[in-house]
Amino acid sequence: MSTSRRQTAEIVGLIALFLGLTAFTVVGFARDWMPPVASRHGVGVDGVIHYLFDATGPVLVLGALVLSWFLWRYGRGRAAGSPATNARAEFWWSIVPVIGMMAITEVGVVVKGLPVWHEIYAKPPADAVAVEVTGQQFEWIVRYPGPDSAFGRVAPEFVSKENPAGLDRNDPAARDDIVLRNQIHVPVGRAVNLRLRGRDVLHSFSVASFRVKQDVVPGILGRTLFVPTTPGRYEIACTQVCGMGHYRMHGAVYVESPEEYRTWLQHQTGWLQR
Amino acid sequence: MSATGDGGFWTRYVFSTDHKTIGKQYYFTAVVMALFAATWSMLLRLHLAWPQSQWPLLGKLFPGLYEGGVLLPERYLSLVTMHGSVMIFFVISLSLVSGFGNFIIPLQIGARDMAYPFLNMLSYWTIVPACLLMLGSFFAPDGAAASGWTAYPPLSALADATPGEGLGQTMWILAMALFIASFTMGGLNYITTVLNLRTRGMSLWRMPLTVWTLFIASIIGILAFPALTAAAIMLLLDRLGHTSFFLPTGLVMGGEVLPYHGGTPLLFQHLFWFLGHPEVYVLVLPAMGIAFDVVATHGRRPVFGYRTSVWALVVIAVLGMIVWGHHMFVSGMSPYVGEYFSVATVLITAPFSVLALNLVASLWRAELRLTPALLFVLGLMAAVAIGGLGGVFLATATSDQYLHNSYFVVGHFHLMIAVVTFFTIFAGTYHWYPKMFGRQMNQTLGKVHFWLTVPSVVIGFVAMHFLGMGGEQRHLYDPTAYEFLRPIQWLNVFISIVMFVAAAAQLVFLGNFFGSLRFGARADSNPWQGTTLEWTTTSPAPHLNWGAELPVVSRGPYEYRTNGVPSGYLPQHAPPLEVARATVSAS
Amino acid sequence: MTAAVPVVNRFPDSRAADREPYSIGLVAILTTVVMLFTAFTAALLIRRTGDDWARVALPGIVWANTLVILLSSAAIERARAAVRANASQRAAGWMSVGALFGLLFLAGQVIAWRSLAAHGVFLSSNPHAAFFYMLSGVHGAHVLGGLAALGWTLGRTRAGAYGPARHAGLTHAAVYWHTVGGVWLWLLAILSTL
Repeated sequence: MSTSRRQTAEIVGLIALFLGLTAFTVVGFARDWMPPVASRHGVGVDGVIHYLFDATGPVLVLGALVLSWFLWRYGRGRAAGSPATNARAEFWWSIVPVIGMMAITEVGVVVKGLPVWHEIYAKPPADAVAVEVTGQQFEWIVRYPGPDSAFGRVAPEFVSKENPAGLDRNDPAARDDIVLRNQIHVPVGRAVNLRLRGRDVLHSFSVASFRVKQDVVPGILGRTLFVPTTPGRYEIACTQVCGMGHYRMHGAVYVESPEEYRTWLQHQTGWLQR
Repeated sequence: MSATGDGGFWTRYVFSTDHKTIGKQYYFTAVVMALFAATWSMLLRLHLAWPQSQWPLLGKLFPGLYEGGVLLPERYLSLVTMHGSVMIFFVISLSLVSGFGNFIIPLQIGARDMAYPFLNMLSYWTIVPACLLMLGSFFAPDGAAASGWTAYPPLSALADATPGEGLGQTMWILAMALFIASFTMGGLNYITTVLNLRTRGMSLWRMPLTVWTLFIASIIGILAFPALTAAAIMLLLDRLGHTSFFLPTGLVMGGEVLPYHGGTPLLFQHLFWFLGHPEVYVLVLPAMGIAFDVVATHGRRPVFGYRTSVWALVVIAVLGMIVWGHHMFVSGMSPYVGEYFSVATVLITAPFSVLALNLVASLWRAELRLTPALLFVLGLMAAVAIGGLGGVFLATATSDQYLHNSYFVVGHFHLMIAVVTFFTIFAGTYHWYPKMFGRQMNQTLGKVHFWLTVPSVVIGFVAMHFLGMGGEQRHLYDPTAYEFLRPIQWLNVFISIVMFVAAAAQLVFLGNFFGSLRFGARADSNPWQGTTLEWTTTSPAPHLNWGAELPVVSRGPYEYRTNGVPSGYLPQHAPPLEVARATVSAS
Repeated sequence: MTAAVPVVNRFPDSRAADREPYSIGLVAILTTVVMLFTAFTAALLIRRTGDDWARVALPGIVWANTLVILLSSAAIERARAAVRANASQRAAGWMSVGALFGLLFLAGQVIAWRSLAAHGVFLSSNPHAAFFYMLSGVHGAHVLGGLAALGWTLGRTRAGAYGPARHAGLTHAAVYWHTVGGVWLWLLAILSTL
């Protein structure tokens, strides 16, 4: 094979490679990998992700086409035209992408993203279900305020195998607090106001189907808000490395119909009253 | 310090103050560390693809890591932690910034050596114990550090939190402290050398972009690393002195309340990422700089938009210092602060687009010579495009809510600070090998290396984005522990297989590299017909780089295919055209 | 391999001949020092929002130490004046005084630590105390570095290496020393008021 034919073959190979990698990326992203969304703000989060994909995907394809064109046109040993750049070409080559990328990204952050962001960190509505989750190596301790609708006092010194939430036996509000391990029950369609506590290392409370993720930081009372929209069982995962048992620090959120939830709740007794 | 380089073996090859020798020392140290870190990643990939399988042979080879042929969960975390820390600080930083930086800066600006040769030697010999501490931490009683490369407290501050957080984590912190000391000495040297030792005529606006990027990366390093120093000192005091800088009230471990009060774990994260994010640019910017040099030389044309590229670098450096919080959107930081960081972070796409697109536009009206060096820069363009656009998903706070700490992040940062940097390390090696060792690497093997490497690593890391879209979190010992991840476990198998191909391809590179030391064709002083000053001296360059006369510069760094010049390019040291014509007519 | 290269001045024909190469290195070092203590200051400002923040009364000797470090800087300035007046031996004398005051400062800081410890205030007793011990310790390490630089320039001064026109090394050591002294004033200001 002559040198020029070989170089042409290489160029064709390179173009195939770059178009192939781009196709792999774009086609791959277009597949719906995400678990079906099951929360109200999750629809918004997915909307932002889909918007970003729709906006950046064409940019990637355009880039690959430009690269391929340059390779085809200037890669076969035939120089064409003077390569001297001029200020005008540089200006337009810079200013168009700058404005384009700024528009794409800031629309994503501000126009698309900000309303959803506010939904996640909004003030919880009055009828929200209050649940407290405490992350500890390597389980989730779940607490409901019980019939009195008030969380009782907890303190680290009371934490033991028998009292995983560390409830204060002297606090009347603590007597009816319901304590569970690794499972949360919530009614469909009502906001869940989640309080997050940590007491050893960092954890992160996440439920992929709800698009919920919030770090659990010892010393800080965290919170997050979501409205489950579809009944079912959804896995809780810890998404902040927390030690050797990190991978098995999981649990489940059970989203039930309001009746099921009410029945379930009525069958619970306060941890200290058992 | 006026050593002539003709001393004995020790002063010439071991305790050398010659920037070229030190650059090679860094490079070879990085190669050794890369072999370790790559091996660890292969063990991780093997386990991730088949988490329940037993590997009795590996159990025999690494008795401390395996039990019954299965990788232990605590050792899995140690391997992840060490893979990340070693790759970022002891492989990529060492080869790209310290290795190429030391070797090429004086050669490209026409200096005889670094401004502080002794400090340079000291900085290398500070890295050696740091490497030994890092590797040695595997032999600590309960293993190497297991808190991730970010070492977030309380996990990294409490010895009983998980195996590896005892002596192993302490050794990790000390190794990092030595690294920072060494890197600061290096940065000091780069800044002073670039500002003071440029040869006559080498104005700032005539410096090759490699030098520009290393210079700006050094300034970023000098400004950002002290924050990590402060964090490391406080973390060490929390660990050993029982202070409560990062440890809050009411920690319970092993059924006992720990005696810490009032600290805040988020403080560490702020300090860490004040360094951690600029560190990304410390690695990526020099990679881009080298890519520009390679594309100009092997594409036979001036880089597109030299000045706008430099200004883009400056803007990236400034913005890069004020956006660290985008690593902390779900950390418990105020959502309003998060929103600021999100708005500011995506601003970086503007200067970064300029930089990346100037690189692409440097192919416009080029005359491409498809050397392995140029091929890897083309591969870099693909990785920058995909990685850069993927970053937008993470910089946007709302989508990061879902993607944070998922494999999307793992795929993204591997594309940006592993693929982009490694491709440039390869490109730089193929490009400067003749100057380093006086011989050529085998070009055919170089192309084999390219064709095996680029498709496999890009596909593998892009596929990690899909895992992350599916919700798979990082640092996950056993993905099949989660029901919702089992349907996408096949992706892990797929990724592992392409990564094994990618790793095997590196054997081609290593064979070529070491084989060419002995069998490579002899290279003349300017095998690529380059214009920059390193090509004006012999290959390999002598001690003090040039003979009695230093080259004098009379033009910019990329004058290729200049009209009216038959050879098609004008080296920086070629006299101005009027002088040249006058000389010709006079004779 | 390198035998053919003549022994040459490392920087015969570069700009280094007419520019002092070490001053930029000094600026870079001072930048890292300032950034380090800026990071510590930021950490203190965040940490003091904790509900357990209570200021520990600093031992009175820290004020004496502050005076000592100021006098030390003054002595180094006298030394520089002496060098400018071409009086090497007088300069060496003032440098010795400056270095001695530097040592005295460190000794005073150790006494301050011991005095705090005698009052039952230890590193882990209280976040403010932890900052005091840590910041004075890290600062002390920088003072030690400064003393090494002063010691070296003292030797050079004694050897008569500096003259009215040529004393960049001394100037750099002095600038570093003043900066480290200034850092102490800053640390004392935040530790005694926040």
